[in-house]
Amino acid sequence: MSKAVLMQGNEAAVEGAIAAGMRVFAGYPITPSTEIAEQSSLRLPQVGGHFIQMEDEISSIAAVLGASAAGVKAMTATSGPGFSLMQENLGYGAMAEIPCVIVDVQRAGPSTGLPTSPAQADYMQARWGTHGDHPVIALSPSSVLETYTLIIRAFNLSEKYRTPVIFLMDEIVGHMREGVELPNPNNLIINQRKPSFHDGANKQCYYVPDGQYVPAMKPFGRGERYNITGLAHDESGFPTNNTQVAGKLVSRLLAKVEDNVDDIVRVEEYAMDDAETAIVCFGGTTRAVMSAVLEARAAGKKVGMFRPITVWPFPEKQLKARLPQLRNILMAEHNHGQMLLEVQRIVNDGTPVSFLGKVDGTVITPAEILAKLQEMEV
Amino acid sequence: MSNRYEMRFAGSGGQGVILASVIMAEAAVIAGLKTVQSQAYGPEARGGVSKAETVVSKEQIWYSKVTLPNFLLALTQASLNTYTKTLAEGAVVMMDDSLDCPAYLDPGRVIAIPILRTAKEKVGKAFTANIVAVGAINAALQLFTDEELMEAVKRHIPAGTEEINRKALDAGKELITPEQAAAFVHHLG
Repeated sequence: MSKAVLMQGNEAAVEGAIAAGMRVFAGYPITPSTEIAEQSSLRLPQVGGHFIQMEDEISSIAAVLGASAAGVKAMTATSGPGFSLMQENLGYGAMAEIPCVIVDVQRAGPSTGLPTSPAQADYMQARWGTHGDHPVIALSPSSVLETYTLIIRAFNLSEKYRTPVIFLMDEIVGHMREGVELPNPNNLIINQRKPSFHDGANKQCYYVPDGQYVPAMKPFGRGERYNITGLAHDESGFPTNNTQVAGKLVSRLLAKVEDNVDDIVRVEEYAMDDAETAIVCFGGTTRAVMSAVLEARAAGKKVGMFRPITVWPFPEKQLKARLPQLRNILMAEHNHGQMLLEVQRIVNDGTPVSFLGKVDGTVITPAEILAKLQEMEV
Repeated sequence: MSNRYEMRFAGSGGQGVILASVIMAEAAVIAGLKTVQSQAYGPEARGGVSKAETVVSKEQIWYSKVTLPNFLLALTQASLNTYTKTLAEGAVVMMDDSLDCPAYLDPGRVIAIPILRTAKEKVGKAFTANIVAVGAINAALQLFTDEELMEAVKRHIPAGTEEINRKALDAGKELITPEQAAAFVHHLG
């Protein structure tokens, strides 16, 4: 008998999160993410963790930030409407440098839209949903197994850079079941909390040594007293109106991601070595694209797949490296053209970019991709 | 995509067609096959059209959805009428025999059996209809062994309900004649 088990994407998110050390989940269930809350409520008490159902999504992310500040790895899960409500506190998490993972299982919008149908139209919201210049890391899985391994990475990056990480799923992957053999989590690198106190020197809570990006994290409410705020603050954590200090802070927050893209960005490429056409996709769309690429290859066409696993920051360097060999690019995504804007910005009119999108809650089929390639005369 | 075997399960929300689809996928995993299972349904918990899909293959499955099913289970007239319009060539249609079979279907590829009545009268619980269906499907297609199927059922039912579910599975199996089993057996490519 096979050792594999049938598992849903949403369940794999919970198992991966627990393997990564999540011990608090606070959320407000919403389709198509509900199974994440449900499974967390079942699993967390088994591992000594806590599940809290909050009154809404604003309080959900507030509870997650509070738990994380106090020293526990924490996560919430939602879909588009709830993700909108979380935006203000997401920015708070970025400013106060509180690690956490926010899962958004995307469904068709806008507003409450089509609750049970897939979309990928929160891609830009993940980047620009909260106000102000802020760092963003967002990862997007395309299979049940990858949901498990990648959410562990989401926690790792969140810890390493002390910033909220958005785990951008979609209904396709969240509600999909596949047979998986989960890897031993001990073989995956799981970051530990940074040392609670700075060695020896009586440094302030947001002190960052020269040449480094991230302050050590002290659990709030234990030992030393310090201040956490969404206002611009100095190294003590207390608010300041000093523009020099504020400018230095925001620049450092942005540099945490900008200066470390090589560490953060991951891409999957398939059949790209000799490809003259690249189909760019992410998340659940990848499944249809892979089927189409295999069929196109079988017909002798030089088509490859380029998939950002890290969707924010967009893998700019990796796509640029492919441009000299490409005659054209097809962007396929379940929205009206969002990652398309990133691709167009990077290509900068150098390579023709075509687009295949959907906004009706249905799933792009391999046949539609092949028809689009034909239209592009590939 | 010739190695894919695409199955669609359709009915009314609450009939358990999603669970039927999940159990077939679980059996595939137990049998060491590749599988992807998914579903589509409205926001309501009961009623409305419910559709679930299981793709089975010996090879890696990329596209997760069914496009042209090789097999269709339909438990309501609405789902039978809707989903018989997009079938693969030679597809097998299993329907409850209380429904009117569309005239355009090849009668040689239709299995009309009393799934709902068997659950209610023979097993004694109407809600076991999905398990009766699973038993009948596997008796016809023979994708999995009886042991693999029973293990798959066990993984998805509450403890203490094994006996009634085994009864439902057997009752479903008995709805398929040896002639039907010989005609509809499917060997995965």
